[in-house]
Amino acid sequence: MTSVAAAADHAHHGETHELSFVRKYVFSTDHKVIGIQFLLMSLVFLFVGGLLAMLIRWQLGFPNEPIPGGAALPETMAPGGILLPEFYNSLVTMHGTFMIFFAIMPLLVGVFGNYLIPLKIGAPDMAFPRLNMWSFWVAVPAGILMLSGFFVEGGHAAAGWTSYAPLSAVSEYTGVSAGQKIWLLSIAILGLSSILGATNYITTVVQLRAPGMTWFRLPLSIWALFITAILVLLAIPILSGAAIMLFFDQTLGTHFFDPAGGGQPLLWQHLFWYFGHPEVYILILPAMGMVSDIIANGSRKPVFGYHSMVFAIIAIAFLGWIVWGHHMFQSGMNPRLGTGFMISTLLIAVPSAIKTFNWMGTMWLGSLRFHVPMLHAISFVAMFVIGGLSGMFMASTPVDIYIHDTYFIVAHIHYVLFGGSLFAIFGAVTYWYPKMFGRLMNPFWGKVHWLLTFVFFNCTFFPMHTLGVYGHMRRIYDPTQYEFLQPLMGINRFITISAFLLFASQIIFVVNFVMGWFRGARAGENPWEDNGLEWTVPSPPPHGNFATVPTVHHGPYEYSAPGVVEDYLPQNRPLPDGAGRDAR
Amino acid sequence: MQWILPPSASSYAGDIDFLYYLILVITGVAFVVVEVGLLWFAIRYRARPGRRATYTHGNMRAEVVWTAIPAVTVVVLGIMSGGVWNNIKGRDSVPADALPYRVTARQFEWHVTHPGPDGVLDTPDDFTLRNQLHVPVGRPVVVHLGSEDVIHSFFVPAFRIKQDAVPGMHIRVWFEATDVGAYELACAELCGLGHYRMGAMVTVHETREFEEWTVGQAALRSDAAQGVTP
Repeated sequence: MTSVAAAADHAHHGETHELSFVRKYVFSTDHKVIGIQFLLMSLVFLFVGGLLAMLIRWQLGFPNEPIPGGAALPETMAPGGILLPEFYNSLVTMHGTFMIFFAIMPLLVGVFGNYLIPLKIGAPDMAFPRLNMWSFWVAVPAGILMLSGFFVEGGHAAAGWTSYAPLSAVSEYTGVSAGQKIWLLSIAILGLSSILGATNYITTVVQLRAPGMTWFRLPLSIWALFITAILVLLAIPILSGAAIMLFFDQTLGTHFFDPAGGGQPLLWQHLFWYFGHPEVYILILPAMGMVSDIIANGSRKPVFGYHSMVFAIIAIAFLGWIVWGHHMFQSGMNPRLGTGFMISTLLIAVPSAIKTFNWMGTMWLGSLRFHVPMLHAISFVAMFVIGGLSGMFMASTPVDIYIHDTYFIVAHIHYVLFGGSLFAIFGAVTYWYPKMFGRLMNPFWGKVHWLLTFVFFNCTFFPMHTLGVYGHMRRIYDPTQYEFLQPLMGINRFITISAFLLFASQIIFVVNFVMGWFRGARAGENPWEDNGLEWTVPSPPPHGNFATVPTVHHGPYEYSAPGVVEDYLPQNRPLPDGAGRDAR
Repeated sequence: MQWILPPSASSYAGDIDFLYYLILVITGVAFVVVEVGLLWFAIRYRARPGRRATYTHGNMRAEVVWTAIPAVTVVVLGIMSGGVWNNIKGRDSVPADALPYRVTARQFEWHVTHPGPDGVLDTPDDFTLRNQLHVPVGRPVVVHLGSEDVIHSFFVPAFRIKQDAVPGMHIRVWFEATDVGAYELACAELCGLGHYRMGAMVTVHETREFEEWTVGQAALRSDAAQGVTP
């Protein structure tokens, strides 16, 4: 496998044989390098988002007490180490913004979309490698621009990550002028990156599948990333358009959303959530797909009900377009719409239940290997279920009257996006790390990190349900202002301390990630004994991926097939006669 | 972990609380089934030497069962919820004899126009209080909700009512207090740097006491602040 064949492949694609350092690692067109670039970038933003959360939690657990070391913060943020309410609103806004747009979304779509799609479908690279390079190098300035907002006069955007107008449209209402504009510009630029990426993913999956890689032989991770790319392509332009309209309201004096000049505040909400709800599925579908791959591998069994898993992904993506109004039950829109949106929202429980029970069905009668990715994948299922079930409360319009805009929602989104997406990301990073870097992360410290994260995650977010049940509003700077929230301060303090421990536990992951790069055990081609095509090439794979174009003989989940000596069978190896008859 | 709702004091709170507990039971059962199942499978089917995983691609009957059960459950839940929702928020749900109020939100306070002794808005005996809403017990009240600047949200936890106040829109929201006492009103939608302290008090009076209080307030204001009514 050989450098000769690989080099021939390069030549075939019109690449120069010896790439300069800059072309190889900075302005690279190799999907693997771009995936790793996205990985490093989004881990930095994950850290930034976490740091902002720590400041938020300090204020909620210990209101009006100086932050330890907070004297380092400037007077405009925290004089004497005590957070100002206007800075608190910026923190809430930017925690959500960084986590959703610059951490979870690029981690799932940017990293694994890039890294996995060509390798798993047997392609040498993306359909449009140069477009791919641009999708990364457009995201970087968007991120730097977003960070710069903290250092401008008036502070960063403070109207929430949802940026509801007219609070976001008229600077007098927040006292923030430049920050609010920077937020919109950065979001619009980042949107371009997503659109470029999505175009590429869709084209690549449709056009570049290896011979024999039929649609129903695709791994579920690829199905999920493919459907996600379609959602991105359709949803992001709506956000970009709305952001530009809001920018015009701020700068040119248009009044799309400001009623002072005849605008409609609810129009912003409709546009934002028409993007925003598909976005929720953009943030969970790839996680579901990768978890399916990992659970099948860890269980040494085919995925239970592969076809219904595919249809469930499609059903969730479709329903995701007709549920946006459930964010707006109490917004003043026609209450009749509430009932329609409630029904469509509740129906999402059906494909979600199918997926959950099929994951359990995959484990049933398996031979479970509890490697670190498997532990994270099982945790994903266990935590996603909680996030899904708590969604039933908000879906029911009357119950939502009470819990809307409370900590119940905060608990819900964190069970979906942290308990769900982030556990899947930890699992996926650990799983494909050996392919990316040729070395394994330390399994012992991986398990320690998993255990601490699992425990402190639940200590942090589970009690938030109780806060919500008591009516604790979200996004408030000082809960002690209300008498009915006073008895909850003990819980708030417990959550804060748990959050600090959760944050501290991530140091183990960072150290393990960095150390693995230099000191990790050599991985070999296929450390997890997996069937995917990416595991049939060296770790890390050479430029161009495959020495010869692979031929695919069966689906990706032929584990423990009768008549096969090992308990796995890579997709490029034919099934023996009579074995795995229903494998298609 | 505390899952019991705090005490309520409005006519429809019981319906909301019932649905909440119903969903709590349904989701509680699903939660136990999944989490116990995962744990049980993890222990029961852990890798042991000499045993191979059972090769199977699925089971149609099982999948039909776990598709049908959630589908039926959510449809029933949706129908039950729809009825309660219409009674509380439906456009024609406001009781005909409801006592009218006008609540105008602005950064960061609530301006509450009471209808005065005649029980009708936009008459000379109206009076406006800041961050105070006084209502009689056992009589429906309709609030004409508006905002002068950004979106706020009218939230009285004890009444289980929440409704956004949107600038440029006039939204009616009703409730009927069932217990005399003082209840906190909070802003539930991020509205700027003073959002966290945009609270107010709702005082629920006995009927007779409410009438006396209203007459007293109206007299007080017509002496002191002629022509300032909105």
